[in-house]
Amino acid sequence: MNSQMFRDSAYNGLWKQNPGLAQLLGLCPILAVSTNIVNSVSLGLATILVMAVANLAVASLRNFIPYEIRIPVFILIIAALVTVVDLGFNAYFHSLYLVLGIFIPLIVTNCIVLARVEAYAAKNDALSSTVDGILMGLGLVWVLALLGGIRELLGSGTLLSGIEMVIPGLEGFSVFGDDYPGFLIAVLPPGAFFALGCLIAGYNAINTHRAARARLKPARPGPAQGQPAAEVTQAAG
Amino acid sequence: MSSARYTATRTSLRTAAIMVGFTAIFTAIMAFTFDTTRPAIEAARIEEQMRLIDEVLPRDRYDNLLLEDFVDVGPHPALAGNRVSRIWRARKAGQPVALIAESSAPDGYAGRIELIVAIQADGTVSGVRVTAHKETPGLGDYIDPRKDRNKTRPWISQFVAVDWNAIEASKWTVRKDGGVFDYHTGATISARAVTRAVGRTVGHVVEQRDALFAAPSASRL
Repeated sequence: MNSQMFRDSAYNGLWKQNPGLAQLLGLCPILAVSTNIVNSVSLGLATILVMAVANLAVASLRNFIPYEIRIPVFILIIAALVTVVDLGFNAYFHSLYLVLGIFIPLIVTNCIVLARVEAYAAKNDALSSTVDGILMGLGLVWVLALLGGIRELLGSGTLLSGIEMVIPGLEGFSVFGDDYPGFLIAVLPPGAFFALGCLIAGYNAINTHRAARARLKPARPGPAQGQPAAEVTQAAG
Repeated sequence: MSSARYTATRTSLRTAAIMVGFTAIFTAIMAFTFDTTRPAIEAARIEEQMRLIDEVLPRDRYDNLLLEDFVDVGPHPALAGNRVSRIWRARKAGQPVALIAESSAPDGYAGRIELIVAIQADGTVSGVRVTAHKETPGLGDYIDPRKDRNKTRPWISQFVAVDWNAIEASKWTVRKDGGVFDYHTGATISARAVTRAVGRTVGHVVEQRDALFAAPSASRL
């Protein structure tokens, strides 16, 4: 794994093929858990862990997995890892486990995990696959954190409520004061769709803007701009 | 023809063997994790139960091993409806102190609301907590003190120190229905369900108090 591959993985995971905004894989947990930042990020971190270890396991074992039965084997590996994470949460982060409850086992059904295993880990070496899993997971986490933050702020006027379940001693805070009446729809499932829709719209607007700028660049030739312009055009295409 | 079948059989067997191998390895990993985390999960489960019980009955009020001194009751309509509910018995120096009953309100806005209710031996309520519910976030979920905006005096705390013998059975509901308990306007159903369930539970436990305290531990009534 060289630095160019790392940059590609980072750019793909965090922006270009972002699981939450571009690939739209794993909408079930994204929409269901993102009622506040702590829940979102906790599930996101659990997903990163599963993605990293699943990619590592599949990349290391890829020469032993026959092509015909690769999907059942991948699912088996992912399901086993999620079970391990589920038991770990239950044992060591019990109060958080009570909140995230059913969503940890549901990481198995999160398409992004299988998608990365199939599209990346099955064809690449262990190290770059692990890095890819982590970066794809991070891409999911920042979208989840933003979505959770928006919904928590609008819905209940607080930020980071429930942090004491993860880091004892810390406390969430109220942004709009205790009199904030709350904006119920932001916390309910429709609010998740609205907020995610706005995020995707913003993401597409930025991409369109960047693509338009990239098209203008080759018109102004210059040795200093040659390299970055080519890179951006390629990314936009 | 025969060589093709031979290859197909061979491929199938080989594939099946690999699948079985992977299954065995990953089942072993899961079994190992299950085994190593089991004590921690059991401890966390007990701690979680004790955390809830601590909220309804302070630990200095009793000196027995509360979680091991219980009876299973029911199913009884006054408690957890169609399921068995567990009643823990708090004692100090062998004398009855309080009963902590699992109960549930079947008529919440979004299904059952699970409760634990602590009733002192003299018939006063020591505390009530909601252990599980699906009430609307931000609207009906004030029945859970962690979600209640009023942190100094959450809604559920109004049951503390209420004496069963001082209030008529028919008054164990919200003011809107002619009872004596408060509710939040716009979210009556959750409060009504919890209040009525608490009334039913307290009434039943007070009535059965002597039998509940006398039954052998871990028995079924």
